[in-house]
Formats: sequence, structure tokens, C-alpha cells
Amino acid sequence: MIRWDHGEWLMHKRLIEENLNQIRDKLLVMGGAAEKAIMLSMRALEERDSNLAERVIREDDAIDGMEIELDQMCVDVLVLKQPAASDLRFVVSVARTAPMVERIADHTVNIAKHVLALNNEPQFEAGLDLARMFSTVQEMLIDGLDAFTSGDPEKARVTIERDDEVDSLYDAFYSELITTMRRDASLVERGVQWLFVIKHLERIADYVTNICEQIVYMARGQVIKHSVW
Amino acid sequence: MITSPPESNEEDESMDTSVSASSPVLRPVSEVQHRRKSGREPDAEHPAAPEKMRVEDLNFYYGKTRALKHITLSIPPNQVTAFIGPSGCGKSTLLRTLNRMNDVIPGTRVEGRVELDGEDIYAPRTDVVSLRRRAGMVFQKSNPFPRSIFDNVAYGLRINNLTHSKSELAQRVESSLRAAAIWDEVKDRLKESAYGLSGGQQQRLCIARALAVEPEVVLMDEPCSALDPIATQKIEELIVELKAKYTIVIVTHNMQQAARVSDLTAFFWLGEMIEFNSTEKMFTKPDKQMTEDYITGRFG
Repeated sequence: MIRWDHGEWLMHKRLIEENLNQIRDKLLVMGGAAEKAIMLSMRALEERDSNLAERVIREDDAIDGMEIELDQMCVDVLVLKQPAASDLRFVVSVARTAPMVERIADHTVNIAKHVLALNNEPQFEAGLDLARMFSTVQEMLIDGLDAFTSGDPEKARVTIERDDEVDSLYDAFYSELITTMRRDASLVERGVQWLFVIKHLERIADYVTNICEQIVYMARGQVIKHSVW
Repeated sequence: MITSPPESNEEDESMDTSVSASSPVLRPVSEVQHRRKSGREPDAEHPAAPEKMRVEDLNFYYGKTRALKHITLSIPPNQVTAFIGPSGCGKSTLLRTLNRMNDVIPGTRVEGRVELDGEDIYAPRTDVVSLRRRAGMVFQKSNPFPRSIFDNVAYGLRINNLTHSKSELAQRVESSLRAAAIWDEVKDRLKESAYGLSGGQQQRLCIARALAVEPEVVLMDEPCSALDPIATQKIEELIVELKAKYTIVIVTHNMQQAARVSDLTAFFWLGEMIEFNSTEKMFTKPDKQMTEDYITGRFG
């Protein structure tokens, strides 16, 4: 048998390391911005704060810019450093993940726009625990980004499971809103805005799920998309 | 097109499906024996992969130094198999055992088995000259003979008496030069010295010379390491074209080259074969951590 001492070989710093670190950092900054956008859109809704909603919309440009930058960084490292094996899977995963983070941010922008519309109407007491749905989605994104950084497929798996939680909340809130609107037709316009909000949250959780599937590919080279774990 | 002499490769291959007069019904039998011996009975999940060459538990010694340790692998026909690994890992040694090129190095010793079409090439009855005609070699540094371009390619045909007339010889030289993708560049200067060619052209001439005797296996030992990128690209394109007709084994220091041209890649380290897998798998998701570390440049 070969005696294989990892530490003995892994001391030198590879040229590609610098690029990979920059890409990882940029993705984390981008993910952090998307996570903050979820938090701000929730506060804007809860506090009926149109300024916060506008801030979410405004700050989305920066996230769009980061997506473009990340895309360029990935293309550059592919052609210049020709990564293989786990390096290759990392770069490919980031290139696939950045557009998903960008889509998540777009959904927060949409939520913010519904908040602006709702703020032109009298307050609507839907009686839904929307904060729970927001925070579940936000925690999923935080955990997903953590799992990405640490390349932890187990954490990704646990995060994917939470998507069911979000889906059940969505189903429950949906029925609740329909019932409310049936009871009082004057609530339909506001009720529809709320329906959109919960739909956007549900979609964000789906994107986090896709990101987590990408983490499994990155860590293990295993594709788990469209299949039961 | 390369014309086929009576004992050509094509005819040999046709034996697999039909009984041919020229050679033994022995071969299929020996294949069966060998499968039984190694306990690899094919089943639904692991169908018997066709193999052109097979190395079994091979050890190779330079004096007391063991350069290859228990190497076992099968080389499939009409595929490009690449050997990669750091300097001194044994990849070139292994390549040279495939046509007994190591025989000429004094103080070396081989243990184990190397088969070509199921027959042990180290068996005492083996005709080494005929073996090297069936498994030709292209070296790192192009080594044309100090003769004309024509004579370089004709050399193997003449010494093996493989052609019967001047016109047949000329035809075989042309078809070999065409197969090595160099015909258009040399057709008007066949009588000129091979030394007047560029490095890349000389290497393709050496490939033409190897192809002229109609080998079945072409062994290439870092065939592009002395060439510029354009010449390298031409040789790489040629390698991929040639696999339709030949089984190719290439040793390369350039991992990207292995990725570009090969179907299968074996990674060697300190005389051991660490991993042998499809090239795609080796470069995206190798099974062994050591392969991963080598391919991503974490050691070397």
C-alpha cells in the first residue's frame, strides 16, 4: 500500500486558489445581499414602510451587477486556469448558483412592489403568520450559503427538507386568503397582493433548494436534481 | 487508404466473427481461459469489455529498483488510453513493456503478464520483431533516420518484405503519409532528407513510419512534448482520427492533452496505478483522492 500523507503534499499554494477564493467571497457577498433583501422586504411589509420597500428595489441593481461579475470570473478561471475535478465542479456550481441568487433577489423586489401597492390601501389583517414563512425562507438561504461555503452536502440535504415546510405554509395561507376573500369581497385586491407575496416566498425556497442540489454536485459529483434524495 | 497486406490488422479483426484460415482458433480459447483465470465472468452489470491488450499483475525492475508494482489493466481496442503521472511514476516504463522495448535495457526484469489479443507477449515463443510490428512506437523526440522522407516510411516495409513491387511500396508510403496527415506537405519533396522537415513534421513522419507496417497498437511516449502548440494540435487531431483504425496508448505529461485526446486515463504514482477510469470521470469526479490531488495540481 501507498503511504499517503496529505499534509506533506498540500503545503504549496496553487495559482488557481486566489481565483477560487475571490469567486467564493463574491458569491457570499451576493448571497448576503439577497438574504438582507428578504429581511428588509419582510420588515417593509410588517411595518408598512414604503421607504424600506423602495430600498429593496433600489439595492437590487447591485445584486444584478454581482451576477454579471461572477459570471465573468467563472468564465475567466475556466479558460485561464483550466480547473479540473473538484475545482471544476466548484466553478460550474458557482456559475449555476449566481443566477439563482439573482432570481431570489428579483422575487424580493416583487414582494417590495406588492408592499408599495398594499401601503396605498387600508391595513389588511389577514391573520397569517407571515413572519414565520419569511424567516423560514431566510434561514434556508443562510443555511444554503453556509453549506455552499463549507461544501457540506449533509447541511444542504437538511436545508432541502425545509422546502416542504414552506410549501405547507404556502398551501395553508393560500386557503386562508381564499376564504377571507370569499367572505368579504372588498378584501380581494389586498388579498391578491398577499397571494403574490406568499407565492414569491415559495419560489425563493425553491431556488434555495436548487442551490442545495448544486452543493451536492459540487461536493460529491452527484446530480440529485429532479429525483428523490 | 492503406492497402492491406495478407497478414493485416483488418483481417485479424475479422477473425473475431468468422473463422479465418490464417490464424489460430486458439486465440478466442486463450481469451476464455484468461477470463476464467482472473475470475471476471461477465454478467449483465459487467459485460465483458473487449480488450486489445491486457496487463496482469505486472512488476518491473531496473536492477533492484521496482519501477512498476502489481499493475493490472485492460486496454480496449480503438480507443485512446492515456497514462499520466509525475516524472518517475512508471508510466513510460509501462508503455515500453507493452511492446518489450524494455528488453534492450540491461539489468531489467519483468514479472507478470502482458497480453496482446489474449496471447502473452513475454512467452518464450514470442517473435519480438513481429510483436513490435503489431505494437509500434512513437517517441518523445522525433527520430527520423538520416535518409529521405520516402525511405523513412519505406524502411519498415522493406526490412519486413511487406511489399512486392515498387508501385505497391510507393502506394503504401503514400497511404501512410496520408494517414499521418503529412502527405500534402511532403508529396513534392519525398526524395529530400527528413532532416529538412520541421519538428512537428518530423514527428508526423515518425507516426507515418510507425503506421506503414500496419500496426494494431500505436504506443506514443510524450509525442508532443517537443512541439509548439500548433504542431501539438495537429498531432492531437491525428491521434483522435487514428483510433478508428488503431488502438492507441499515449504517455503524456500534459494533463490537458490527456483530457483532450483520450477516452480512458490511468494515473500512476511511484510505480503503482492509482486509478484507471474514463477520462471524463477522471477529470470531473475521480474516485481516488490522490487522483483528485494530482489533477487539481495539489501535489507534484
